[in-house]
Amino acid sequence: MAVQNENLLDINGLKMHFPVKSNGLLRRTVGAVKAVDGLSFSVKRGETLGLVGESGCGKSTTGRAILQLHRPTAGTVNFDGKELTKLNGESLRQMRRKVQIIFQDPYASLNPRMTVGDIVGEPIRVHNLRTGKEVRTRVEELLRVVGLNPYFINRYPHEFSGGQRQRIGIARALAVEPDFIVCDEPVSALDVSIQAQIINLLQDLQGQFGLTYLFIAHNLSVVKHISDRVAVMYLGKMVELAPSKQLYANPMHPYTQALLSAVPIPDPEVEKQRQRIILQGDVPSPLNPPSGCHFHTRCPIVIDKCKAEDPPFQDYGGGHFVACWRATESQAQMEKKLQ
Amino acid sequence: MAEAPLLEVKNLQVQFKTADGVVNAVNNVSFSVNRGETLGIVGESGSGKSVTSLSIMRLIPSPPGKIAGGQILFDGDNLVDFSESEMRKIRGNRISMIFQDPMTSLNPVLRIGKQMTESLQLHMGMTAKQARNRAIDLLSMVGIPAPDKRLDDFPHQFSGGMRQRVMIAMGLACNPELLIADEPTTALDVTIQAQILELLNRLKNETGTAIIFITHDLGVVAGMTDRVIVMYAGRVVEQASTNELFRNPRMPYTIGLLDSIPRLDGIQTRLTPIPGLPPDLLEKTNRCPFAPRCDFVQEQCWIETPSLRQVAPDHTAACLFDIDRDQRQVMAEKKIAEEQAVLDAALEDVLAHEQAS
Repeated sequence: MAVQNENLLDINGLKMHFPVKSNGLLRRTVGAVKAVDGLSFSVKRGETLGLVGESGCGKSTTGRAILQLHRPTAGTVNFDGKELTKLNGESLRQMRRKVQIIFQDPYASLNPRMTVGDIVGEPIRVHNLRTGKEVRTRVEELLRVVGLNPYFINRYPHEFSGGQRQRIGIARALAVEPDFIVCDEPVSALDVSIQAQIINLLQDLQGQFGLTYLFIAHNLSVVKHISDRVAVMYLGKMVELAPSKQLYANPMHPYTQALLSAVPIPDPEVEKQRQRIILQGDVPSPLNPPSGCHFHTRCPIVIDKCKAEDPPFQDYGGGHFVACWRATESQAQMEKKLQ
Repeated sequence: MAEAPLLEVKNLQVQFKTADGVVNAVNNVSFSVNRGETLGIVGESGSGKSVTSLSIMRLIPSPPGKIAGGQILFDGDNLVDFSESEMRKIRGNRISMIFQDPMTSLNPVLRIGKQMTESLQLHMGMTAKQARNRAIDLLSMVGIPAPDKRLDDFPHQFSGGMRQRVMIAMGLACNPELLIADEPTTALDVTIQAQILELLNRLKNETGTAIIFITHDLGVVAGMTDRVIVMYAGRVVEQASTNELFRNPRMPYTIGLLDSIPRLDGIQTRLTPIPGLPPDLLEKTNRCPFAPRCDFVQEQCWIETPSLRQVAPDHTAACLFDIDRDQRQVMAEKKIAEEQAVLDAALEDVLAHEQAS
């Protein structure tokens, strides 16, 4: 059995490239979308690691590559001492009991022709965790755990609201008693007043079952709220990783600084006094990312070195990782820029 | 203010006929917008905020929808009585609209230039050449590089943020007196959202256009608007200046919204969600629509629909009681304990019944 306090998940040099084929008869590979391009990080047992970034930065692909829903192009994914990228067939299927996912869209991720009982019961049957009537008892128990009335067991997904469907998705993930859950934008599709219900539920379940989360979202306020540590991605690479409080109080990467300053705060007096770092332009295409540091085309404090060399992802103390040549002076430089 | 408001909506009533019955999507809604002012409309899906704005543009699909009552006074004229051809002279000219999804609101098979010059030629009587020059000016005003070349591009050649800039340029083409922005940044990433919000603020100061800003994001409302109305279940439930609303919310729903969002600049260990679900608009009741989810609920709330009443200078709220945000936690805990007891008892009953049969 594993020693406590160790990492549940160790990821090293993870790459996920999607080939781009030519239109001709030969369908030759003419390039690759580098959705995830060399990530190394770990997730500690029982923690929530937040993963933020804008659309197309590779955060969802990272989640899927960890679960082997996409087989990574390169790199290793070590889960609880087992190397997931090497697993196949039956051994991979066994592993999936331990790692689960909750999807963003509670409308598309539930089969409309299955009842709630079948949806939540399926993983239990597939993994032979219960048999016969016990399956139904277990499903009822799971529904209660996620705050749904077990009475609804014979209903279909369309009879539920968005928030309730997300609860069904969570019950399905919990059905196999996993250790690790990838939450891929679990509240983005929900109304504001419902989001808080689901966030609180996820926190309660974590305490109750000792779960470890990889929480993927683009809403920085939500990620800050739920995560112990937060990682920021930009164009397939991780640019910063730090304990949550540290990252928000002392962001060292210019992209993180811009991202944080762009989030509107629901307080008119605070909003009036804030200075925004407005990034120019759009995110470049991952098909042909910029040389050197991927962020250099939009960085307000770019220097020549950034265009030529890719900065290493390095620890600046206390587990605060940054990939920036100017990490230690970035805040001072940025303030100068704003004046 | 002595000046008459630019837009005055009075007791607006909008209904949709569905297979299950008549849905009252907008119920007795009244508000006004002054010249040069930015009014925020906040609400969740189904609260009636988009239907309200579409009604002002007279773009409610009819049938099944219908403006069943009320007035929409724009610069003194009642738009509800306007014919389609009269409306066409207003739309895109004196009132224009920006939609949430710039991809579906641009025509994918027409070049941007064609789409932009159309309204200029129609409303402003410009020649093709004049319209093209104006379109180039507009694109550079919204920060699109090489505007003379980009005019000949198709929508798919623009990124999401750029498309929204094109939409804003089109919205401002005829110097409208009122711009309705329906969730203009919801589909965009946060750094792009910051660009677009800054652009809208700059243009507002330059052109003096009044803006109705519809959103569900309280952060955006805080930074962009002068005054806010909060909608719930097709009704206006609170109305105040932006500062007043955030400092002193008086309607339990507004309080609930403010408490349920995590803040980037604060530390909360736990969020206080609004329990339950938004109401079904098909249901006809005379109770307060928020009563089933309200932590402050009293007996009177179940038999009387509150109407907007003055709670402070220039601040109205639709709540029967004078409530206080600070009491909420206490009220909520009491209510949860009571409900849990009832639920537990009911569940026991059901399970016992199932076991017996």
